[in-house]
Amino acid sequence: MLGQSISRNSLLLGVFAVITTLLIAGTYLLTRDRIAAAQRQAEEKALLEIVPDERHDNNMLDDTLAIPPGELGLKQPRSAYIARRGRQAAAVILPVTAPDGYSGAIDLIVGVNRDGTVAGVRVLNHRETPGLGDKVDLNKSDWVLGFDGRSLDDPSVERWAVKKDGGAFDQFTGATITPRAVVTATRGALEYARTRHGELFADGPDTATQPAPADSGAH
Amino acid sequence: MAAADYRELSLNGLWKNNPAIVQLLGLCPLLAVTGSVVNALGLAAATTLVLLCSNTAVSLIRNVVSDAVRLPVFVMIIAAAVTCIELLMQAFTYELYQILGIFLPLITTNCVILGRADAYASKNPLPLAMCDGLMMGLGFGIILVLLGALRELLGTGALFANMDLLFGPAAADWKVVLVEDYQAFLLAILPPGAFIFTGLLIAGKNLIDRQIKRRQDARKAQPVKGAKRVRVTGTIS
Repeated sequence: MLGQSISRNSLLLGVFAVITTLLIAGTYLLTRDRIAAAQRQAEEKALLEIVPDERHDNNMLDDTLAIPPGELGLKQPRSAYIARRGRQAAAVILPVTAPDGYSGAIDLIVGVNRDGTVAGVRVLNHRETPGLGDKVDLNKSDWVLGFDGRSLDDPSVERWAVKKDGGAFDQFTGATITPRAVVTATRGALEYARTRHGELFADGPDTATQPAPADSGAH
Repeated sequence: MAAADYRELSLNGLWKNNPAIVQLLGLCPLLAVTGSVVNALGLAAATTLVLLCSNTAVSLIRNVVSDAVRLPVFVMIIAAAVTCIELLMQAFTYELYQILGIFLPLITTNCVILGRADAYASKNPLPLAMCDGLMMGLGFGIILVLLGALRELLGTGALFANMDLLFGPAAADWKVVLVEDYQAFLLAILPPGAFIFTGLLIAGKNLIDRQIKRRQDARKAQPVKGAKRVRVTGTIS
């Protein structure tokens, strides 16, 4: 009697597990392509804000360079996107993580032009205090546009800090930690771009449609 | 009779037994995402949809599942419904999905949903269970949106910002700035604000309830004098 009810119940549970799994699997298969497209679109939108269409003629999403974790504060391997005009790299968009936000890490992308100036900075992910620290988000305030066109020479490296620390960039009323983290991370990205200039801004392959490096078959 | 049932269900979900301000269930997402109208509306829609799906499914299988395993089965159904809706939101409203973040999968643990599945849907026929799910969802959603509106208004001085995340580009300029150069009342957007405003909403509801009761009592008290005579005639209904 007891054994019968146990086996009946476990069979029932098993049946429901299979049904719900099938349901989820079906939904996943139906939405998979759309989700991938949506993710790509969101990524591309952020990239195009930094390097608009008229400045490049390649597809940045397909022209990437892997950045290992550890570099630029990253915890996971991410990709840098390269904007090319013909073969020449016009700008590189670097993924950066600022580990020292007010409530956890802040994920950014920093566009660096070939001449070492900032093409643009965007905050992708953050958990900063609403109304205070979240002004680093372009949706909330245009503070982040203040980096555009700046470089390690303008202002000088020492002055790449918030005003409270003797630097050139505004902090927010009531929030210093967040902008300090973003300024530091942006400076880090510029320094990275300077030391790795040759690698990041190397010429692309002859055919713009083929993103693989030209020397891949050299051996 | 049936119509009265549905009326009763609606009244229960929306007011008398409102999940958010009477049963006080699902407070975690309620407090966490009501910083703005668009967030609140997104979570309200997702929660209502999950409630509707889970109540429907639970009511359909109510005669198949034995008491001993009903809870694990309900949880499986709810988790599947949430996962499917999460995938759909990711596919069709990607930015909102990003904003709601962890609170979307956490709908699974919203006690309102398991509560309604066990307390109502598992004991009632399909149409009633669906109606209950819809009304409870709406009741929860209305409070979410109300709280979102209050907090957004006091916290930023504007309403309906970023509605394009939910309704597409056409809604981008729905934002209404009610107070220019508003000095943000930060507390409203921060977590303590959520608690304070939820408390105020509950107090407001209790106040209204008391008013209604007082009026009803007054109405009942009046006709008592002549009531006996009415009953004696027996023909007036």
